[in-house]
Amino acid sequence: MSDENKEIRNDIKAPKSTADSSYAAKAVMSEKDLKKTAAAQTVMQILVKFLVYAFLIIMAIIVLFPFYWMINSSLKTLSEYREVVPTFWPRKIMFSNYLEAYNAANLGRLFFNTVIVGVVSTLLSLVITVLSAFAFARLEFKGKNLLFAGLLATMMIPGELFTITNYTTVTNLGWRNTYTVLIVPFLVSVFYIYLLRQNFLQIPNELYLAAKVDGTSDIKYLWRVMIPLSLPTLISITILKMMGAWNSYIWPRLVANDEAHRLITNGLRNAFKDTTGDVNYPVQMAAVALVSFPLFLVFVFLRKYIMKGVSRSGIKG
Amino acid sequence: MVDSKQQWKAWLYLSPAIVLLLVFTVWPIINTVRMAFLDNYSGLQAAGGETFSFGIENFTRVVKARRFIDCLRNTMLLCVLTVPISTMLALLIAVTLNSIKPLQKTLQTIFFLPYVTNSIAIGMVFAAMFNIVGSFYGTDRQLVTTAGIINNVINFFSTTFTGKEAMVNWINIGSAYRENIIVMTVYIVWNALPFKILILLGGLQSINKQYYDAARVDGTSRTRVFWRITVPLLSPMLAYVIITGFIGGFKEYTSIVGIFGENMGPANDRDRLNTMVGYIYDALENNNQGRASAAALILFGIILVVTLLNLYVSKKRVHY
Repeated sequence: MSDENKEIRNDIKAPKSTADSSYAAKAVMSEKDLKKTAAAQTVMQILVKFLVYAFLIIMAIIVLFPFYWMINSSLKTLSEYREVVPTFWPRKIMFSNYLEAYNAANLGRLFFNTVIVGVVSTLLSLVITVLSAFAFARLEFKGKNLLFAGLLATMMIPGELFTITNYTTVTNLGWRNTYTVLIVPFLVSVFYIYLLRQNFLQIPNELYLAAKVDGTSDIKYLWRVMIPLSLPTLISITILKMMGAWNSYIWPRLVANDEAHRLITNGLRNAFKDTTGDVNYPVQMAAVALVSFPLFLVFVFLRKYIMKGVSRSGIKG
Repeated sequence: MVDSKQQWKAWLYLSPAIVLLLVFTVWPIINTVRMAFLDNYSGLQAAGGETFSFGIENFTRVVKARRFIDCLRNTMLLCVLTVPISTMLALLIAVTLNSIKPLQKTLQTIFFLPYVTNSIAIGMVFAAMFNIVGSFYGTDRQLVTTAGIINNVINFFSTTFTGKEAMVNWINIGSAYRENIIVMTVYIVWNALPFKILILLGGLQSINKQYYDAARVDGTSRTRVFWRITVPLLSPMLAYVIITGFIGGFKEYTSIVGIFGENMGPANDRDRLNTMVGYIYDALENNNQGRASAAALILFGIILVVTLLNLYVSKKRVHY
């Protein structure tokens, strides 16, 4: 190929010696054309790059705009918010909106409830998940594969189908308006068991057998070897579970919508029932911002784990 | 090698999970099917000792109910609008994001941000952006205080280019169904983008660079590279994103509560935007467990059919 190339190059560079003048003119033209197309290509490339960046930055602005608008609105006075043409930065910054929102929505109580439910359900859920995943990954028992397949099959069924009966069940158990009702029904997640089992399977079995020979108990082995080795997965599960408590709306509203047990999301919706019409938006947006800030903090510090967990699960909370 | 010690140990470790699953997952499946086939089953009347005859009246009643048909139409419409729009937009963003070097990480972080939000809370922000603040809206004494940021932006462009003032009633009293659906579509797409971008970008980054090098040697055009290399090699992720998008779309509920509140529609037309899930919960709260169960089974059936359809199509189109 290189020889052929050389010949062609020679043709272009030294045409006079080999051919008549018309051929030479053609060859010079093609050299010019080559430069032209090369230049056109560079221009095209720069143009494409420019368009790509322009598109991405516009999309990023659209994605960020609601957050900006939330903070902007939450810091305005009511009269400034009600101006015909909205201002893009508050003239007078009203931090007092946040205090008002905190009191109006009884946010302290809501935060407290949500943290209690989130922490307790995460801890219990982790224990159950670790034990089950360990049994599926390391122990041999009759019907193991059948049971595991059965568990996976339940993942296909939409949650609404369970809720109808669970509503009756928790009512009969007298669990309505307690913390228990918010924690217990969702402790077992088949998906988390599946995720952790896959992780456990990657740990060589020889380690377990060696530990057995040394007389180490299962629990000690789990605690010392399995859990440290699968810590990233456990952290992902913890974050998703906590976010689940923070964002759950339907079930808490259905079974625990009293003052004492309301969670953050249904509490927020309950405190600000009006969405349209003449609403005191600065205070409402301040409440929304207060509810969103903890999530942003989690996002800033633990983004890696969330992204890893999410890309494998495809579920929100 | 199955020794008996491992046997009882395994069941011991599994026992908490199994007990909870039996009560809150297995029993509900059985019971929901049972209630769905007992005519007009109601939990309250059942507690009072009433018995119900076996039949399919719950299903026929649900399917004939005007409210249910409306819910089904809303859900389907939102699915059909939001899944293609968000998938194509996410694909475009992922492909362009993958082609740049500077700013890539920053932009990727920004695009993932909406994922970590509370859909009710941010729904309230969207409502604020679309809302017209004022009193007596739609009457003669109409008094608009501020038309909201979206209307102001539209008005700005409208007056600059056409010289006419424009104000759209998106979600207030008297707003039209079409405008309501546009607002919901914008919000749901905004909400659905981060997950799709994350998955598609992950897929793009795992494509072997050699394919692109080979195409460049052959002088293949950009569009051809996109349709002949990127899309086929990305098709498993695309299929995944579309299937989960439809499943999520059929269970749409909280994003509507976020924007319209528990009214599920503008103030003069309650439940206008109610969805399948909303119908199930309404029936449940009215102690109409039979109908709620029937609706839930119908929802499950629809999701199953759509998923199988997607899998069937992707079997022909997806290259693994």
